[in-house]
Amino acid sequence: MNAPKKKLKVATTSLAGCFGCHMSLLDIDERLFTLLEHIEFDRSPLTDIKTCSPDCDIGIIEGGLCNAENVHVLREFRDNCKILIAIGACAINGGLPAQRNHLPLTTILEEVYHTSPGLMNGMIPNDPELPLPLNKVHPIHEVVKIDYFMPGCPPSADTIWKVLTDLLAGKEPELGHGLMHYD
Amino acid sequence: MSQTFILDGKTISFADGQTIMQAATQAGVFIPHLCYHPDFKPHGSCKLCTVKVNGRQTASCTMRAIAGMVVESDTPEINAERLALTQMLFVEGNHFCPSCEQSGNCQLQATAYHLGMMSPHFDHFFPNRAVDASHPDVLLDFNRCILCSLCVRASRDVDGKNVFALSGRGIKTHLIVNAKSGQLADTNFTLDDKAAHVCPVGVILKKRRGFAVPIGERTYDKQPISATAKAVAEER
Repeated sequence: MNAPKKKLKVATTSLAGCFGCHMSLLDIDERLFTLLEHIEFDRSPLTDIKTCSPDCDIGIIEGGLCNAENVHVLREFRDNCKILIAIGACAINGGLPAQRNHLPLTTILEEVYHTSPGLMNGMIPNDPELPLPLNKVHPIHEVVKIDYFMPGCPPSADTIWKVLTDLLAGKEPELGHGLMHYD
Repeated sequence: MSQTFILDGKTISFADGQTIMQAATQAGVFIPHLCYHPDFKPHGSCKLCTVKVNGRQTASCTMRAIAGMVVESDTPEINAERLALTQMLFVEGNHFCPSCEQSGNCQLQATAYHLGMMSPHFDHFFPNRAVDASHPDVLLDFNRCILCSLCVRASRDVDGKNVFALSGRGIKTHLIVNAKSGQLADTNFTLDDKAAHVCPVGVILKKRRGFAVPIGERTYDKQPISATAKAVAEER
């Protein structure tokens, strides 16, 4: 007797990202229905599940690392996902948030909360619930092992579809000209 | 053109004095390169065009073709080394394609596509390099410089102006502007200079033309960089 094929568990998150890559994932449109025949979403902004199940098959990470919480979430994904995919420019090289990397963090906080025009009695937020910013924004492969990368800002729906369907078919994802873009 | 050599199993004709790169390009065979430009004396520094000649590695832009030589270029081993070199270029500078006007026309980016670069692999340096917006018509963004020296050669050998130079050594090598202030505005550089049009990346950019051609419709969006050699062969 054939047991029904188990659906792959896919978790997603956006760290120091803009959710543009998640929007591009939704942009695969009606192919989402086909995708959902093969996968179920675990922890993801799409499900609002807050922690990864320990047996996730694929983790998709958008955004780089700009604060301590990003690092914590990334490690949780690595601990619980068999395959980890970096999606988009920010996860791969820091992207737009990394444009602050040549400035000292104190200078940035001073300017944003103290010295910008129009501010009065400004205060650098220090609530213990707020994650501490990192000195520099880092790509995620600098902290954990990443298995696959989907470059692009964001990667197109077709690029995402190609990578996911290649993986579902048990193949190494291959993009080639037209689907491979860094912009 | 009766002399020939073998490149990846294919017979390539060449004339006396031609380099492997020149002969291969004429025959429509693409060898990845960044510091080579057909209009200039080869520099041989980027090492992307490295090939194996009779089993030994050499830069194909500087090595003259010799009858009967056996050259390997498009092999997994050499392409893996080209990929690692390209990844090092990406992490040494600040190459943020989504915000770069050269994206889609950039040879570094197109070469990375050609080599299948999915990630920069190494840790980023995130260097701190100031831009020079002093010139009325041209912006210099040193964050993207890969030290190919094409602007140096163009300004010196074609324009006769010596506006650019490479300064420092090793990892500290950087592009400088030949003016007391170090600013492009204090040189006689103009948009008509050859040096204004040879940058393979997004360092030397004409001002006020941003997004004149939309992302997705640019040179290497339409065809991979490997097609440039085929275009040269078809023109002949």
